[in-house]
Amino acid sequence: MARRKTVYVDSDILVVGGGMGGCGATYESRYWGRDLKIVCVEKANIERSGAVAQGLYAINCYMGMQWDENQPEDHVRYARIDLMGLVREDLGYDIARHVDATVHKFEEWGLPLMRDPKTGRYQREGKWQIMIHGESYKPIVAEAARKAATEVYNRIMVTHLLMDKQRKRVAGAVGFNVRTGDFYVFRAKAVIVAAGGASHIFKPRAVGEGMGRTWYAPWSSASAYALPILVGAKMTQMENRIVLTRFKDGYGPVGAYFLHLKTYTQNAYGQEYESKWYDEIKGMVGNYIDQHPVPTCLRNHAFLRETAAGRGPIRMVTKEAFQDPHKETVGWENFLGMTVGQAVVWAAQNIDPKEINPELTTSEPYVMGSHATCSGAWASGPEDYAPAEYQWGYNRMMTVEGLFGAGDTIGGTAHKFSSGSFTEGRIAAKAAVKYVTEKGRDQPQVSEAEIADLRAEVFQPLEHYETYRNEIVAGTVSPSYILPIHALQRLEKIMDEYCGGISVNYMTNEPLLNRGLELLGMLKEDSTKIGAPDLHQLQRTWELKHRLLASECVTQHTLFRKETRWPGYYYRGDHPQLDDNDWHCFTLSQYDRDSGKWAMEKAPVYHIVT
Amino acid sequence: MPTFVYMTSCDGCGHCVDICPSDIMHIDPTYRRAVNIEPNFCWECYSCVKACPQNAIDCRGYADFAPLGHSVRVLREDTKGTISWKIKFRDGREKDFVSPIRTTPWGSIKGPAEYAAPGADAMASQQLAHEPEALKIAALPALRPDQLKKGLV
Ligand SMILES: Cc1cc2nc3c(=O)[nH]c(=O)nc-3n(C[C@H](O)[C@H](O)[C@H](O)COP(=O)(O)OP(=O)(O)OC[C@H]3O[C@@H](n4cnc5c(N)ncnc54)[C@H](O)[C@@H]3O)c2cc1C
Ligand code: SF4
Ligand code: SF4
Repeated sequence: MARRKTVYVDSDILVVGGGMGGCGATYESRYWGRDLKIVCVEKANIERSGAVAQGLYAINCYMGMQWDENQPEDHVRYARIDLMGLVREDLGYDIARHVDATVHKFEEWGLPLMRDPKTGRYQREGKWQIMIHGESYKPIVAEAARKAATEVYNRIMVTHLLMDKQRKRVAGAVGFNVRTGDFYVFRAKAVIVAAGGASHIFKPRAVGEGMGRTWYAPWSSASAYALPILVGAKMTQMENRIVLTRFKDGYGPVGAYFLHLKTYTQNAYGQEYESKWYDEIKGMVGNYIDQHPVPTCLRNHAFLRETAAGRGPIRMVTKEAFQDPHKETVGWENFLGMTVGQAVVWAAQNIDPKEINPELTTSEPYVMGSHATCSGAWASGPEDYAPAEYQWGYNRMMTVEGLFGAGDTIGGTAHKFSSGSFTEGRIAAKAAVKYVTEKGRDQPQVSEAEIADLRAEVFQPLEHYETYRNEIVAGTVSPSYILPIHALQRLEKIMDEYCGGISVNYMTNEPLLNRGLELLGMLKEDSTKIGAPDLHQLQRTWELKHRLLASECVTQHTLFRKETRWPGYYYRGDHPQLDDNDWHCFTLSQYDRDSGKWAMEKAPVYHIVT
Repeated sequence: MPTFVYMTSCDGCGHCVDICPSDIMHIDPTYRRAVNIEPNFCWECYSCVKACPQNAIDCRGYADFAPLGHSVRVLREDTKGTISWKIKFRDGREKDFVSPIRTTPWGSIKGPAEYAAPGADAMASQQLAHEPEALKIAALPALRPDQLKKGLV
């Protein structure tokens, strides 16, 4: 332990996580802050990190304002409908008005965007999506970020944010180098968290070797939520987990199939089934079912009901579309470009979608903020039009001074995807530069005692293991410690069974949630008894701790919202209806690190009316 | 399909270790060659496969649901700007695909500090870098504060 160095890195702006949001933030920080020291810290290697590590085949958020295809208001309405009325429309509009510039930059940098041969415009996959050859999306974006950063630190797992001595303002972050085991203290005037969403909070469908084939990347470890939660930042809509309808086992995306290839679903007997469930859904959610496009969660609901009625599997009808060689190529390249695992499953099971209509499934729930879902931190809105209740500081600043966020980190802004996350990083960065040059010019003071305490806490799992390892002969069973994988599997089982995972058909209620919280509490106590045999397992330990705190937050939010707002994502059996009288609002939570208690409140929803 | 490494091809260079987003490619202390230490945390993202100069890494579909006998091989040629895939089904059928990966030379992106520094006006506005030109429309759209109303609409 004494041999571990403590390395201090001082900067003006610290970006935590070098994925889409983090690369956008790093780039933009430099554009506005020419003389600032800008540091990006990443637990993997920004060349291939985050949800876009293997590439993407589409950019899912592009307005096309240059051709008057869509206006930002249209996107806001689309996200509002899909999220059953509840999105931060001020933030969503802000992303939509800037996102085209981001995408044009990507093209200039060398990302191959497909063009419609007839119109010369970008090839649309759907109203909002454009098609790309995106295998190198992440390396290209990373190149732009590296050109902008003063320094990029790869392979440093950030474990905590630092607050100043008065606990009033964020002051940086700490973490450890996964290779050397050195302790890193990053002191900064402003921090932008862009640490991605959360997989492996709920038990996945595959629990053997295939547990890594989750829809969202297994390295999306909820740090985006745990880091701000721990310093008291308010979170919003954490109950709004997402369930994905995807190709079975590989979780290959369906967007291009539905939108571009025009494939469609049917039940095991070749019947259309969604319309059968219309009346039932109407009874639960009222007019929200009559919206176009039908909200994602409601389509899930029809899928789940049809399967429960014994008419599964639901299949995607690909046989017709795949007779067209162009469409067949698009169908396969879609997976090779962003979910290679689906191609492998089909190759392994002899599924050629030209001859067989492949099965679909609904995934375990995920917690993230950039897809058809909007969990994340409660952030201040754009200065030029956000209502007073949404403005307390700089754009994208959380409720903690000097702390900003982007991408999956920021709540209320569904449907931003890769391009919107990068754009939000840019928005947050410009605001952070402003903050650093106006209000936050002085270097915040950090207590050395706090740094020493955090250092001890960070490495405690290694020491705990060393202390108790020789109590047993060999193997993984110890009365004194559990391994990170044990803790993770217990977490997933609790969340699955009590908070609405797959084994209970996404159903929960107040007694279940309260019992879940008791069990999470015991896991939290046991989390100080996790033994980490090496630095890699120390990373797994901290990922688990972040997932655990985020899970507690999700459970508190789910308990607080006494309605079923998103049937198909989850159900409150004790409140099966959507209830606009009492719950047309955002849910907010705030964690008190000292007492371990959560405070819940409601916040109003503002809509664009014209 | 978690990855595995062919003993006779790997020379222990460590490129896969450096790139794996999951931190699961490690150099085995005995054999001095790479090994996937945690297959159940592999996303089959192929980052390591693409990065291996010896083509020593391959994937075998997850044992829980992928029958044996398949293969999905990849060759990423960054100087040519292409990626090539060969899919082999369990029953022997094959499919090949080639896609472009980048349209500009690697390293050619112009850094943000290479542009003229923005003035105070730009800083005070809502514009981001390269706007409004990069938007390809005349001006950045905006809402008026009175266009947002509280409650149900
Ligand atoms: C299968 C799949 C398909 C998708 N398809 C599309 C699509 O077709 N089109 C589209 O536009 N979008 C798509 N998306 C969504 C898109 O990938 C995300 O919206 C976007 O990547 C979110 O950006 P982010 O910066 O919030 O997170 P990420 O890009 O995931 O970045 C988070 C970063 O933080 C790092 N990090 C995490 N924790 C820590 C820590 N503790 N310390 C240091 N670093 C940390 C991670 O390693 C990572 O680099 C898809 C996503 C998936 C998974
Ligand atoms: S990149 Fe290839 S050759 Fe190098 S260590 Fe990894 S498997 Fe071996
Ligand atoms: S496929 Fe991806 S997750 Fe799996 S070992 Fe390779 S780089 Fe790591």
